[in-house]
Amino acid sequence: MARSFDPRLPRPLHPLAWWAWALGLTTAASRTTNPLLLGLIIVVLAVVVNARRSEAPWARLFRLYVIAAVFIVGLRVFYRVLFGGDYGTHVILALPELPLPAWAVGISIGGPVTLESILAAAYDGLRLATLILCIGAANVLADARRLLRIVPNALYEVGATLVVALTVAPQLIESVLRVRRARRLRGAPGRGPRAFVGLFLPVLQDALERSLSLAAAMDARGYGRTAGVPARSRRVTSALVLLGLGGISVGLYGLLDATAPPWLGLPMLGLGAAAGLAGLWSSGRRVRRTAYRPDTWGRPETLVALSGLAAAAVMALAGSIDPAALDPSLVPLEWPAFAPLASAGILVAMLPAWLAPPVRLAAPAATLRRAPIGDPGTARP
Amino acid sequence: MIRFERVTMTYGTASRPVLRDVSLEIEEGVLCVVAGPTGSGKSTLLGAINGLVPHFTGGRLDGRVLVDGRETRTHAPRELADVVGYVGQDPVAGFVTDRVEEELAYVMEQLAVPPAAMRKRVEETLDLLGIADLRDRPMRTLSGGQQQRVAIGAALTAHPRILVLDEPTSALDPTAAEDVLSAITRLVHDLGLTVVLAEHRLERVIGFADLVVRVRSDGQVLAGPPGEVLAGMDRVPAVIELGRLAGWQPVPLSVRDARRRAPELRRRLPERAAPLHDRAAPLIDRAAPLPAGPGTGATADTSLTARGISVTYGDVVAVRSVDLVLAPGTITALMGRNGSGKSSLLWAIQGSGPRRDGTVSVAGVDPATLDPAGARRAVGLVPQTPSDLLYLDSVEAECRQADRESAAEPGTCRTLLDRLVAGIPGEQHPRDLSEGQRLALVLAIQLTASPGVILLDEPTRGLDYAAKTNLGAIIRALAAEGRPVLLSTHDVEFVATVAERVIVMAEGELVADGPAAEILTASPAFAPQVTRILAPDPWLTVAEVASALEPAGVR
Repeated sequence: MARSFDPRLPRPLHPLAWWAWALGLTTAASRTTNPLLLGLIIVVLAVVVNARRSEAPWARLFRLYVIAAVFIVGLRVFYRVLFGGDYGTHVILALPELPLPAWAVGISIGGPVTLESILAAAYDGLRLATLILCIGAANVLADARRLLRIVPNALYEVGATLVVALTVAPQLIESVLRVRRARRLRGAPGRGPRAFVGLFLPVLQDALERSLSLAAAMDARGYGRTAGVPARSRRVTSALVLLGLGGISVGLYGLLDATAPPWLGLPMLGLGAAAGLAGLWSSGRRVRRTAYRPDTWGRPETLVALSGLAAAAVMALAGSIDPAALDPSLVPLEWPAFAPLASAGILVAMLPAWLAPPVRLAAPAATLRRAPIGDPGTARP
Repeated sequence: MIRFERVTMTYGTASRPVLRDVSLEIEEGVLCVVAGPTGSGKSTLLGAINGLVPHFTGGRLDGRVLVDGRETRTHAPRELADVVGYVGQDPVAGFVTDRVEEELAYVMEQLAVPPAAMRKRVEETLDLLGIADLRDRPMRTLSGGQQQRVAIGAALTAHPRILVLDEPTSALDPTAAEDVLSAITRLVHDLGLTVVLAEHRLERVIGFADLVVRVRSDGQVLAGPPGEVLAGMDRVPAVIELGRLAGWQPVPLSVRDARRRAPELRRRLPERAAPLHDRAAPLIDRAAPLPAGPGTGATADTSLTARGISVTYGDVVAVRSVDLVLAPGTITALMGRNGSGKSSLLWAIQGSGPRRDGTVSVAGVDPATLDPAGARRAVGLVPQTPSDLLYLDSVEAECRQADRESAAEPGTCRTLLDRLVAGIPGEQHPRDLSEGQRLALVLAIQLTASPGVILLDEPTRGLDYAAKTNLGAIIRALAAEGRPVLLSTHDVEFVATVAERVIVMAEGELVADGPAAEILTASPAFAPQVTRILAPDPWLTVAEVASALEPAGVR
């Protein structure tokens, strides 16, 4: 941990740093419906993702999150058009209203569509879409497997299960495809309940056999050598860590939801963090396991995490100074206001595009290199 | 290093023990080969070394197994992980992570090796096994030989003193198998590692072995130097069979040993510079007594013509415009390294697999245009994992279902099965059959539809010598009824005894096509042992040599 790094040399950033950054932006986004601010957050996400995503397969999936985001906004607006919403005065489309029976009180289908209600749906959808893009950016920038590798010792079993599941899932799909193809050889079509039996049993047997041999292999390779740690201390550790995670979740909820009572926010987060740290400390006391090439936390990690948190903090500050700027008024209808303070905070979160270590060396340096030496993960042209 | 003291192992419901009263000692630095027919308890013996048997498998183990002074009764496999490295039969099923580097580090993480030492050991192991260029690759993109070497490396990073390998080369093509075996012998010679490995195809490993442990089907074990133990076995690698035939003493174990004695035998053999294409005479010799024909009599003299077959997956070309004609009653072997497109070609011909381009004609019909049942009547394919076709809970039920599926006389499938392999109890669960029996069951199910053409995808995988001889007889009988048979395999010795024609594929193209004798003698990598010993004279099998010697009255 104490080793220093040349920040200009390529290396993957600690996944937790990306998640802290992304959660900071998530917090910021959840506190506003101002489309200008939300748009700015999306721009920040796009810039950073483009600058610092790796070449791994999952890193190309940001497009999927964008598609999901567009779909969400579209769906929100569509529902609003369909089910109406009769506030506001600027009718832009007069749809015929579907007569409903008396028991369906409060529900209307069709009817006049107002600009206000459409905008409200679009703003709300845009906020949700931004949240999804924030999580998507974290997923694209940080390797989920590396994140699993840094789970604390107390939760090691859970982490191991997830890692195995990630490894086995593609094998299972392969097995389904293989058996389905083989069923055709017996002259059976691939559909219907009979086909399901013919498909299900071989796949299940395959999966069982696979998991047995995996368990044997893990056992033979020393998995679960925890005999030295008394069961009671392991239970206490697990309880502390779970309490900590619970506390952090509740605390984050308190922070994200502006209507939650104030004691649910920061205090709960602090308590959760304390319990979690105690659990980690207690599990770390009896280390029976080491990690191969652990991710390091250096200055770039701190800066990236802080930039995301700064966006959240500035947004909270801006909200307390001028709440109206963050939630543009719809009745009466107004243009969304430009919020200079909040915008500046969001722009701080764009800095990781330069602060984080690059994924590969810039072109001139690469041409100087004769042979790809060192970490081959970065030796790609 | 490893000591078995009067070990008897019985699995839960079994009536008789798998291992009976086994006492044996394996010294440090020895390469020990465990031989024996399938289901004889080779894997049990190996598992007993690191305690997987009985800690993981259950069952009752009497006697003691001592490994480096630790008794497996009191030490679970995980407590022995620092002494014994274990690589199971299917390396892919044992992978915990999905990257080569992390997989190598896994066991060290469990053993709490300090990070700096871990980093160093990973680098050393990568070099030792020649897989440094794979370090960053996802496991799934590796070839079979690479996966096997990664699995061995993943066991080695713990610096164990014993390495246990269960059939490490059974799924590999000859070249990849050589890679893995040379890596293993290097470990024995350079690191002084004790290696215990089970292997069906003794010809691949017997030359390197210091000790052979033969597990008999009654559970008793015979251990000793290779020459001694093999002398008592009736099914042995071709090199030993040839040595026995020629009356060499001591019997040579490797091609190299035998080659030094070969000039004498070559002088005794008649001149054989005759054109290689003339395979008629030896073929008759090789056609051992046929078992009762398993056919249903519905097919005679079908031929298969495939033109311009191409198969692509995404942007990968698996098969590239292959033309192929199979004449009635011929046995053709399809060879080539793993991933060269053999399976894709077979599936494309059968019509159930993807086919991008090309036509197939069996009796004037393209099976791909038929429904599954029709395609099955035209071309029968036994896939690489035959158990994919089985989903009922007894052999009897599978047979009945097969009769229904192909609208055959009730009992057809069972009769076929009995002709292929007699005496499989009808109530047995298909999962409990041996590899050879399961293959026979699936073959019987496919034959119930009386297909005109038979395709077999790696049928020799996991078969012992007895099962392979049996399979050879079955294949010859199927061909004798006028069906073309096309089988893909890595087993050169098997091809030498069965096939008349050999096709070699590489990168999805046919790179060689011709009579077996010509192709098999052309390249050393694909040559059977007898050819390598008697080169430059083109002999393929021991049976050929024997029949050539007989008239001369040498024997």
